[in-house]
Amino acid sequence: MYGWTGNILVIDLTQKKVETETLGLDILNQYVGGKGLGGRYLRQCATMPWDHPDMVICIFAGPLSASISPTSGRTHILSKSPLTGLVGDSSVGGKLATRLKRADWDGIVITGISKTPVGISIKDHVVEFKDAKGLWGLDIQTVHKKIKPKNASLLSIGPAAENGVRYASIMVDQYFAAGRSGLGLCLARKKVKYLMVDGTGHCKVKDPKKLKTARDDILRLTAASPALMGQFGFTCLGTGAVYDLMDNRRMMPTDNFCRTRFEPAPRLNAAAYTRAWSPKKQGCLGCHILCKKIGTENNVSIAMPEFETMSHFTALIGCTDTTLVVKANEICNHFGMDTISAASTLACRREITGIDYTSETVLSILEDIAFGKGEGKLLGLGAEQYAKQMGKPHAAMAVKGMELPAYDPRGAYGMALGYALSTRGGCHLRAYPISHEIFRKPVATDRFTFSGKARIIKIAEDLNAVVDSLIACKFTFFAAGLEEYASVYEAVTGIETNAQELLQKGERIYYNERIINALNGFSAKDDDLPNRFFSEAGSSGNNIFIPPIDRTEFLDARKKYYGVRGLDDNGLPKKETAQTLGLVWNN
Amino acid sequence: MEQLVHKYSDKLIQAMLADTFGPTQPLVGGLDDTLVWNREAEETDVLKKVFNGLNINSLVFLRPKEPYGSIIRFLAETALKSNGLIQPKDCETRTFLHDFPVINEFCPDKIIHTLKKRKSVIIAPPKSNTDFKGPAIIAHGIVSPEQGFVTVSSVCFASFVKFFADYLEALQKGVATVDEHHLFNLVIPFLEPIQTALPKFIPSPFPDEETVYSAIIEAGQKTVEYRLVDSFFGNVSYFWNGIIYISQTASSLDELSGCIDPVPMDSSTSAGLTASSELCAHMETICRTGCNAILHGHPKFSVILSMDCAPLKKARCHFNTQCHIKCPEKRFVDRTPIVPGEVGTGPFGLCNTLPLALTQADAAIVYGHGLFAIGKNNFSEAFQTLLEVETLCYNTYFERVQNFT
Repeated sequence: MYGWTGNILVIDLTQKKVETETLGLDILNQYVGGKGLGGRYLRQCATMPWDHPDMVICIFAGPLSASISPTSGRTHILSKSPLTGLVGDSSVGGKLATRLKRADWDGIVITGISKTPVGISIKDHVVEFKDAKGLWGLDIQTVHKKIKPKNASLLSIGPAAENGVRYASIMVDQYFAAGRSGLGLCLARKKVKYLMVDGTGHCKVKDPKKLKTARDDILRLTAASPALMGQFGFTCLGTGAVYDLMDNRRMMPTDNFCRTRFEPAPRLNAAAYTRAWSPKKQGCLGCHILCKKIGTENNVSIAMPEFETMSHFTALIGCTDTTLVVKANEICNHFGMDTISAASTLACRREITGIDYTSETVLSILEDIAFGKGEGKLLGLGAEQYAKQMGKPHAAMAVKGMELPAYDPRGAYGMALGYALSTRGGCHLRAYPISHEIFRKPVATDRFTFSGKARIIKIAEDLNAVVDSLIACKFTFFAAGLEEYASVYEAVTGIETNAQELLQKGERIYYNERIINALNGFSAKDDDLPNRFFSEAGSSGNNIFIPPIDRTEFLDARKKYYGVRGLDDNGLPKKETAQTLGLVWNN
Repeated sequence: MEQLVHKYSDKLIQAMLADTFGPTQPLVGGLDDTLVWNREAEETDVLKKVFNGLNINSLVFLRPKEPYGSIIRFLAETALKSNGLIQPKDCETRTFLHDFPVINEFCPDKIIHTLKKRKSVIIAPPKSNTDFKGPAIIAHGIVSPEQGFVTVSSVCFASFVKFFADYLEALQKGVATVDEHHLFNLVIPFLEPIQTALPKFIPSPFPDEETVYSAIIEAGQKTVEYRLVDSFFGNVSYFWNGIIYISQTASSLDELSGCIDPVPMDSSTSAGLTASSELCAHMETICRTGCNAILHGHPKFSVILSMDCAPLKKARCHFNTQCHIKCPEKRFVDRTPIVPGEVGTGPFGLCNTLPLALTQADAAIVYGHGLFAIGKNNFSEAFQTLLEVETLCYNTYFERVQNFT
């Protein structure tokens, strides 16, 4: 077998037992890896609550991991989301997937619950459970310092997860966050403080020469991409490069999405962080884009905020301090919290209470959330639950319980549709329409129309589902396409394929998620946006008009999407579509 | 979608790749929840099946007009005798399209099979086939019919460049075939004469930013009107008051309104994130040469001549399979330098070679890619240079051919 190892490590924390499950090539080729294979395991416990002892947490590499395939260093983590009750998943950088594959595993499935805090150490096929009582309560950085993983990859949770924050994240290799969905809380429920993986093997590649050629094709394409490799692209400025664009396009969520222009934005952009912290390039193992930026403060390394964090900790909450953004990012990373959800919940609080923030109050409240102190306990439930309990549910800018990222949907209608239909709630990454609506790749589309967007969103969801399964980084697809990655897949696995076949795998993987969500009661009523976007205009100016989204047009596009996706009028999966895609229908 | 299928049908006609009526009329289909076409056509029955077999949202079908039709037929027939692929060596193909697969039937299953792997397929049935007249190009998109338009247009451009470059090389080697001679003579009458009369441009100095935008838009339109680009692509920039105003990536040079990014030279904003892939080369060129205007097009004969290398010398060269990135020779067309370099900012990016070349001349040709021209003050100067170099390359090409016939 090439590409895959065929081995899944199944860890039962209740029994403290480990087993090796061997998967055949048919299943592996059908579900690919990462999000796909993990979703297959999640489907088996689809109707269990997120905190059920038998609920799985899946940590998966893909067939391309640990090969020279460009951007194949990411890992995919899945479980049921404590924040939303939907499929909860996250793609995370670092070196975890590479180490996992080198240890001869395609993925890890964790079930059961440990009685006491535990660490899991994996070195090739040797798996050990370590007492982690002494680490419980410690922040990510301290855990990292105490464990000293060296060449191994270290995944850990922080106090936020331990204290029940619904949007707790998992941190990998100190700087890389598996944010969104609250997967940190899933690990905390199982009492897993950390997981360390090291391996000495190699990914078996069927045709190294062909892989080299395919890799060169992709590198050539990324070199031609201004968004990735240009002097203002992600390689130089990180994702923060997007900040100026969102300002110029008048789609920067401001004051909890009440406006779409934040006047101080031009002095809070990526260039300002570059001047202040002189960040250096870092990235996932083996990546050539290196979008992660690590700056220095007083000779100490400090992670620079991603675009979403920069935007939400300024415009969304009404603050104008880049130092605050860096510190808020640091607190969220150290204590293990998703920055988008944290900032959005703060913005919701500001709107409801009418109290503006200072830098000090923001940082203090973040700590209160992470440690479940006072008001922090309620804020730790996320914007939707907070607003509901405060009697102002409409102040939560969330879809299906997940807080929205930093692209105002009134400024990009594909994004509006993508948010509403995403299988993990308010997420920009499922369909990633910013690619064509803002970055003009593969070609530009009109961002102020729903025309054609239903099918575009569906195809993009399929594409990104398979990208998260291969695994590759979505950023690469600003430049390369599945045409090139099909060649990589063939070279690594030896299995003949093409772009369309990969898209079909993505369609299967995505439809499986719609089935899981439907089994948990989600339907068309949930595929919607907060009413604000249909009733209030954004901040027009500079010849850019930002009206409210026309609800009739939105609903029409959503209906078209259901048809294109093979769902019924209520957004529910259909047996015939499931069977056509080779999916199990009855749970 | 209705609007888009008509827009890109019209653009194929404007690009002189298609006609308004007759067999070379373009056919463009777009699919959201329902399928729409720009016109009724008998081919739609087969193409509907192609839509059903692929996860796409648009298709462009074109029987290219002359000279592209005959050239593509010739290359396709040659390809069908070997590996079924046309493999041009120009930059656009090498970077984005890889190769052009050819099949000999207008059959949905074969079309689907091929389009699963590549962005286009060329259908070239034998001339004796009376059911379907070829050649035709089919290309798909997953976001917009613009993708199919760009691919079809690039196939035509690359095929044209390949035939003329191959023919010259075959003459130099003494291996040109009767069929090649015949085709060459057949297509010459269809070549458009290069317009030499210079158009008028907004005069410099530009008094305000608004005029800078207008001048860039005008320069883009003129470059398209004079057919100095393929697929309407290229890039244009102007340096004014510490800011470089540059066309956005993937923007169409005839539609630059709203597609120009102002990029401060002091890097104080990341507004250049959506700028042309060649922003880095433009900035470096401005710094090194002090020019204000830069025009980049893909005029065909400049591209063809950039790939012309004496066969014996090429055979002895260690880098003869990597001419586009590692050509060690200092090469010129007259006084215009030819430099290697790929699109963008990679280790072999043209940003490493082009700016230096432009310190020695007002224009430089990037191997297999296109022509860059600079103007000290305005676009009139840059455009004139662009046109003169392409005219020179056109004349030089035919002189070189003449030497062997």
